[in-house]
Amino acid sequence: MTQTIPMTAAAIGGMGHSMKRKEDPRFLQGKGNYVEDVNLPGMLWMDIVRSPYAHAKIVSIDASKALAIPGVLAVITGKDLEAYNLHWMPTLMSDTQMVLPVDKVMYQAQEVAAVIATDRYIAADGAAAVDVEYEELPVVVDPFKALLPDAPVLRTDKPGKTDNHIFHWEVGDAAVTDKAFAEADVVVKQDIYIPRIHVASIETCGCVASFEKTEGKLTVWMTTQAPHAIRTVFALVAGHVGLSEEKIRIISPDIGGGFGGKVPVYPGYVIAVAATVLIGKPVKWIEDRMENLQADSFARDYHTTAELAATKDGKLTALRFKTLADHGYADAAANPSKFPAGLYHICTGSYDLQAAHVEVDGAYTNKPPGGVAYRCSFRVTEAVHTIERMVDIMAHQIGMDPAALRMKNFIEKEQFPYKSVLGWEYDSGDYHAALQKAMDIIGYDDLRREQLEKRARGEYMGIGISSFTEIVGAGPSKDFDILGIKMFDSAEIRVHPTGKAIARFGTKSQGQGHETTYAQIVAQELGIPMAHVQVEEGDTDTAPYGLGTYASRSTPTSGAAAAMAARKIRDKARKIAAYLMEVAEEDLEWEPGKFTVKGNPEAFKTIQEIAFAAYTNHPQGMEAGLEATHYYDPPNLTYPFGSYICVVDIDAGTGQVHVRRFVAVDDCGNIINPMIVDGQIHGGLSMGLAPALYEEISYDEAGNCLGGSFIDYLVPTAVETPNWETDKTITPSPHHPFGAKGVGESATVGAPPAIANAVVDALWHLGVRHIDIPMTPSKVWKVLRDHGVTGS
Amino acid sequence: MSMKTVNFTINGEAKSVQAESRQLLVHCIRETLGLTGTHVGCETSHCGACTIHLDGEPVKSCTMFAVQAEGKSLTTVEGLAIGGTLNPVQEGFWEEHGLQCGFCTPGMMMTATALLRTVNEPTETEIREAISGNLCRCTGYVNIVKAIQYAQRKMHATPAPEAVLQGGD
Repeated sequence: MTQTIPMTAAAIGGMGHSMKRKEDPRFLQGKGNYVEDVNLPGMLWMDIVRSPYAHAKIVSIDASKALAIPGVLAVITGKDLEAYNLHWMPTLMSDTQMVLPVDKVMYQAQEVAAVIATDRYIAADGAAAVDVEYEELPVVVDPFKALLPDAPVLRTDKPGKTDNHIFHWEVGDAAVTDKAFAEADVVVKQDIYIPRIHVASIETCGCVASFEKTEGKLTVWMTTQAPHAIRTVFALVAGHVGLSEEKIRIISPDIGGGFGGKVPVYPGYVIAVAATVLIGKPVKWIEDRMENLQADSFARDYHTTAELAATKDGKLTALRFKTLADHGYADAAANPSKFPAGLYHICTGSYDLQAAHVEVDGAYTNKPPGGVAYRCSFRVTEAVHTIERMVDIMAHQIGMDPAALRMKNFIEKEQFPYKSVLGWEYDSGDYHAALQKAMDIIGYDDLRREQLEKRARGEYMGIGISSFTEIVGAGPSKDFDILGIKMFDSAEIRVHPTGKAIARFGTKSQGQGHETTYAQIVAQELGIPMAHVQVEEGDTDTAPYGLGTYASRSTPTSGAAAAMAARKIRDKARKIAAYLMEVAEEDLEWEPGKFTVKGNPEAFKTIQEIAFAAYTNHPQGMEAGLEATHYYDPPNLTYPFGSYICVVDIDAGTGQVHVRRFVAVDDCGNIINPMIVDGQIHGGLSMGLAPALYEEISYDEAGNCLGGSFIDYLVPTAVETPNWETDKTITPSPHHPFGAKGVGESATVGAPPAIANAVVDALWHLGVRHIDIPMTPSKVWKVLRDHGVTGS
Repeated sequence: MSMKTVNFTINGEAKSVQAESRQLLVHCIRETLGLTGTHVGCETSHCGACTIHLDGEPVKSCTMFAVQAEGKSLTTVEGLAIGGTLNPVQEGFWEEHGLQCGFCTPGMMMTATALLRTVNEPTETEIREAISGNLCRCTGYVNIVKAIQYAQRKMHATPAPEAVLQGGD
């Protein structure tokens, strides 16, 4: 299990080298360029008036006091935007959401009006001075109650809408599944709620919008993971008021973490654009943290009744999930168009299940719209958490070791490519090897013995496993699009006369290290040292079109495009080398950095010599230059996987869960930069720990957000975060140009059930069957109390 | 709002700025002085992205007023490297991959630099506690801890680490 690609010399720094990151020197010296760092002459500030109510009629908006403040230039309301038909906008899921409301608000913290002023403090003064009169309406918080016949209909803007149901989606053969359940020896059933959470990247969202009236050109620096798609959305939404796509430039500068939260188009961006177009001066809008947590897209919020069937000796036979998805007041999820529940049907996981049926219904509630990822690709975390919890419940139910049950039911490595019963074709895997490695590293058998001893002493120690299969790299154009735009991605490489190169991409790093890893791909393919490859992303005026970075798609799509573009360049370089050395192309052998005449190692041309010739001495009849562009349409998704084992100790007095050890064995195929992959996994694990133990955005019955600041929304610090132990297996993707799979989100997907399984494993003997995440001390303490543990 | 004249030194340079009495120190640093390396992540003292040194002590500049800096000596991330040479903490973060998106990094490094100035050989637990007022969403902290340990080793192997670290304050 080693890399199946050759290692270049360290001086070239191709794939497999832990090259230090090229982007770091500017970040380390405070020279990063994030959106808030962009300042333009004459720039104005925008602040937003937000609703204190979760559902209310707007009786009136009185801006007179705000407009009387020196420096307040304008107060923009929904009525102002209505005049341009810009008060509503489409979501990525063919729904609609308000930019600014005209008659009613649908969630607490919804945008109600925007104040434009000469200074950030004056803008805030203005926002505080806008007088809005509301008339409260009945609030719908619970998605189950939202679907009751007597529930108030929330989307009264939709003609003929008589309920709060958004969509029904199902996959799998219900009849075959029902039959398998009827015939099963053992069936386990569990309600599992995966709560609403927020990505809480340390940089909030914002933009600087600047409209140059003389040229009619709009430039928007914004916190976006998908600048090209945003440009097209702006052109489609505001085409009727004269914004034309060639006159729109979106610049996504350095981004302080994205994790999916910077995919959507938030109302604030659109209002800032409207403001700059109306006023003719640049407008800056930067969310504060509370706005970010209370109003931006959430993740998860899936209520599932899950069932799993097996024979009495532990062969899994069928799976049935019925899920209610709370989407808030609009379906503003960021999924590929054809998948209203994302790729949730990866939920058969790592197991060779022959019957499965999954249903998802979406419901409107008085909460912020969304349904984006939280560092996971399109509902995969929800799928993995539920199947991995169910497998553990089944193991405990039939008295089988959870590792043994997994080993018994894994898809065998010989079965790949494996067609899952819910329609996916898994590209490659070796699930047994990954779990065995994790068990060996952590000393699984010894831990089980220790657990028995501790249990005898009345101590609560648990061991939890998660053997996940991810599905990333969306995606093949036959099935994957966003707003109709196919989910290819791109790379453009230009080799300069002196043999240095610039490479531009349709994706956008938010910390993943693309400036380094993409340079390494080019170095691997062309032999140009990675130090000499300049990588650029995020400027729609210069980069080739692409769908952006989310869902672990950059390496599977743009990374692949880089290799393909480099290979086009290599093909041309071969012709030039043959011309220069007066030999046939077939007589040349490539090794990274040079073409050598077969059998004559003294006769070669380096890529640098060839590049120079491409501009100074190219064959007659050949185009000058050495560059190529590739738009990569992946033939399949990639399926990274791994096995995680977590050991927890639970304090019976406080209910505190302490993660003692956590071993993560990941497999993402061939690796571009091991250091960066390890870092991605560390970060992903921490974003798996967070929802497992700490984070939740919940609401009271009046629709008040209860997780709306960092006082209540507990992002783990270095103290809560364990020292992650990582290792790997390598099973290359057979269809990716260099055998890689995405990795950025594997750990976020895989970690929560390992932790949850460990906690329940510690308490199963008390009669505990399930605890919903986050497993906070108070929640665990109550479970302990309810099961007769005094807590003394 | 009345404007006040505030005098302080920042990264070794004496400055006299006009500040509204309600202006936050971080906005003075970022907007008045144009030193945008200091970031804002929460405005409530939780995330630590705005951490700077005030007379050598780490403080969260999002919850101080600019006028409170009167007569003080400030250091921001821009003052860590001397003559283009990274200080041991910056070097450690680069070597050990202690940063990803880079947004929390300036504040994290300011806290780490202050820790290593006061504690010679912090244990892993001490390091984790010291940076627990600085949130990072990308790295999972493992490599940040390693970066700080790298810096600690480097400082002990370097003849005059204090001089390098304190430069600018």
